[in-house]
Amino acid sequence: MTGKGDLIQRLTLQGLEIAPSQVCGAIRLVPLLRDGAQQRGDLRLARRSYAGDDLAVVSLGGPPMDPGVKYLSYIPHGLVLSWSGDGSAVSAARGTQISGAAPDGKRFSWGACNVRVMQKMAKRERQHEREGGAKQLRLLPLHLAMEGFLSLYFSGPEIAWSEYSRRAISRGLDPRWEMVYGGGQIAGFEDALRTFEIHDGQVGVLVFVADALASAFVTPAPEDYRALHRTLLADFYGELIYQYALLYDTALPLHVTLDAERIASLADLRAALSQVRRDWAEFQGFMAHDLLGRSVRADFAYQAGPFTLQRFVTDLDPALENHIGEAIVRDNGDLEYLKTYQLSAAQTRRAYLLQQLAAADWSLDAAAQNLQTTREELVYRMEKAGFGYLLAEPVRVASDKHVRSTGRPSAR
Amino acid sequence: MLFVNACFACSGQREFYSDAHSQRVSIDFLHRYILGNYRLLYARTLAAGVNHFSQAQIVLNLLSTGRDTDPAHREEEGALIAAALRALPPNRAWRVLQTLREKRVNNRRARAVVREYLAGRRDVAFDAVKYRAKVRAAVLHAHLNAPGELGRFLFRDWKKHAYRTDLLECYREAHYSSAADGALYRLPYTVAEGLAQKHGVPRDVFLSRIEAQMTAGEKLRLQKASVRADAAAPSVDWQRLPLTRLALYVLSLSEEERRGQYDLLHDAMTQAAHLSLRRAPLRFGVGGMRVAAVLDASYSSSGSSEKRRRPLGVALAVHYLLQTAAASAAVSSPYRAFWTTKTGGDSDDPLFVRARGQTDLATPLLDALEWGPDLVVIISDGCENDPPRGASEALRVFRTRLDAARRTSVVHCNPVFDPEDFTLRALSPLVPTVGLRDAEDLPTMLGFARFADGDVPLAELEAYLAARVARMLGTAGGGAAEVAPAPPEACDG
Repeated sequence: MTGKGDLIQRLTLQGLEIAPSQVCGAIRLVPLLRDGAQQRGDLRLARRSYAGDDLAVVSLGGPPMDPGVKYLSYIPHGLVLSWSGDGSAVSAARGTQISGAAPDGKRFSWGACNVRVMQKMAKRERQHEREGGAKQLRLLPLHLAMEGFLSLYFSGPEIAWSEYSRRAISRGLDPRWEMVYGGGQIAGFEDALRTFEIHDGQVGVLVFVADALASAFVTPAPEDYRALHRTLLADFYGELIYQYALLYDTALPLHVTLDAERIASLADLRAALSQVRRDWAEFQGFMAHDLLGRSVRADFAYQAGPFTLQRFVTDLDPALENHIGEAIVRDNGDLEYLKTYQLSAAQTRRAYLLQQLAAADWSLDAAAQNLQTTREELVYRMEKAGFGYLLAEPVRVASDKHVRSTGRPSAR
Repeated sequence: MLFVNACFACSGQREFYSDAHSQRVSIDFLHRYILGNYRLLYARTLAAGVNHFSQAQIVLNLLSTGRDTDPAHREEEGALIAAALRALPPNRAWRVLQTLREKRVNNRRARAVVREYLAGRRDVAFDAVKYRAKVRAAVLHAHLNAPGELGRFLFRDWKKHAYRTDLLECYREAHYSSAADGALYRLPYTVAEGLAQKHGVPRDVFLSRIEAQMTAGEKLRLQKASVRADAAAPSVDWQRLPLTRLALYVLSLSEEERRGQYDLLHDAMTQAAHLSLRRAPLRFGVGGMRVAAVLDASYSSSGSSEKRRRPLGVALAVHYLLQTAAASAAVSSPYRAFWTTKTGGDSDDPLFVRARGQTDLATPLLDALEWGPDLVVIISDGCENDPPRGASEALRVFRTRLDAARRTSVVHCNPVFDPEDFTLRALSPLVPTVGLRDAEDLPTMLGFARFADGDVPLAELEAYLAARVARMLGTAGGGAAEVAPAPPEACDG
């Protein structure tokens, strides 16, 4: 069943169990456990620190120093994936290769900041003898997914409609950018991670902020999770999550009561408690239903033996929470690695607009008709979403005039 | 009762779930509230055996509000303050007297207390060297005439005089030279450390030569530091360590170290438990009583950087205490421990316990109840999360439905003070919760547990405390240097 076709249609936590959550302030952390028998050890993950770098430039094709499409971001760390193709156990790569010449890209001092220039979001590395000859892949967590999200419809209009600016026709959406918040800025998140009690056999976590799913994180092995637990703080999160953490200081109190009438012995009590555990798992799965079980659009990224690395976007329904993320799925469907990011409402809107335009072959009129709106209002929405630079000046002026005369259209 | 509990557990230091500041603010409020409303009870808490931090706090608050004392209880209060101050370790006691100056508390009684304390010290010169700033502040503040050469040493250009008192002269010599014959090494460790730094004495030389002057606590603290400085770790006399301190020491060792000297550590723990039991016997009501302990070894029992592994240390110490008590009872009473997590590694011996994993109290609690015990002691910080409120619900159902006749008594001992609601986090309102900072206090706390239940009137608690006050003042008044063995604490759960 291996091959490039192994993309996920729906995200499920196959091979994982959900355990009762731990709450600290507004942050609810839900542990994900992997049964001991499922821990094969043939895939491991380790952190590679890029401490000291202020900016990373990732070349997306072509040699790193040549002109071409680049991805610019602050990247605090990368992940190194090691696997054995034959199912035997591997040890996690020694991730902290900060001494001297780091093998990863080149570092430059540029004015007051250090810049690292790297090649590809997910790059195969040569095998090290001392690592036992295991195969290695370096990937930039979450940035892989974010780059996929930014490059959606990146090439811009395929038909040179006259409504588009000359720049949009020749250069597409370039430059496309989004803003995110670091985990350290999320109020109370650091304390929540510090006081979290990691289960034995825990391989992942669902992060809820004020009971909105901020992120899901799964690693192949419990040891990897233990080592990577604190890196959640260095990852990035959506605007909504940042605001929720400021606005709320508690999560919803969830209490389970046992029905004393139906318990006549200690055995009953034990059975009732294990029922409570199952209820917790089920309910928390339900809380994450905007991610789990949602249909997703996945892109292939890398094939590592039986493991398929892919990135995905949920269906961009503006009425729901939308997530982007990356996952590694074993050929039997078990989820080995997952990292997701909840898009903010504005980010969803932007992607949704682009999706609608692309579906209508970038014809403004057709897209407006599909969205049941007028051409002027569509242009207004594009302006508000930050895509004004794609449109030709006369179209913008006409829309502006129209909106002024009729009043502001209802914002979607 | 809330207050007494808090005084047993809280030390104003950082905990796993809360920081030092919130602990301080919360406990300060509690002190003020009780002081304002139940002054007599507040004073008598001194005799209940609460921890040193709380005792110091109470003495300070009583002295600073002397005007409000009811004349009928003035004498008792004064005697309690004097006795408590005498019983405190000198650093704590001097700190209290120094704080009097910082807070500008200066009344007749406060001055008399300082005077009496100074007069009661056996070796004032030693105190003056070791706690120089504190002693100076206290003497100055209380307008005392310092005895002997102390006045000159503390106040008047001390460097210019030769002293007849040995220690004072040593201090002066060490101040000027680090000559090899070593006035430096006859000073207390904390004082010598600063002077050694000043004279540039190499750390390893200093540590190995000063070892004789270290207190047991200092030796314990410097185990790892000495190894870092290439000096031999100061030898610690395990037999003399109190039980909880010893448990904390064991927990600071790595698994290999514990495995390597397993017999030694095990014997020392048992020995310490014996000693502790001799001082405060733990007598189970009826012979052959089955005792179970549910012990929390989750990650949160690792405490904080200020109280490192304290909750786990308490749990381990209580385990040894109960085990020893059960083994040495006249009629053998079976005892079993139930830990929250498997103690890790190939061995499940409690001596290898580590703070890790989630808090699943429900499973060990059910295991314990199924064993059919007469008394269940739960040691936990009360934050359970797998599932949340699992043990609490189990206890509720057990109490209301399965054991409505209360054949089994359950006591929850919490080593952690929760600043948010001024009390210890309780597992269930149906089970008494008591504070426990040192496992040695367990017999006392089991005696207190019936008050924590809430159905005992305030008057009875007052009477209980009054009895303890009489006992404390009686022994202190008798001038006995040793702590007299307290009459056995009746404990019927």
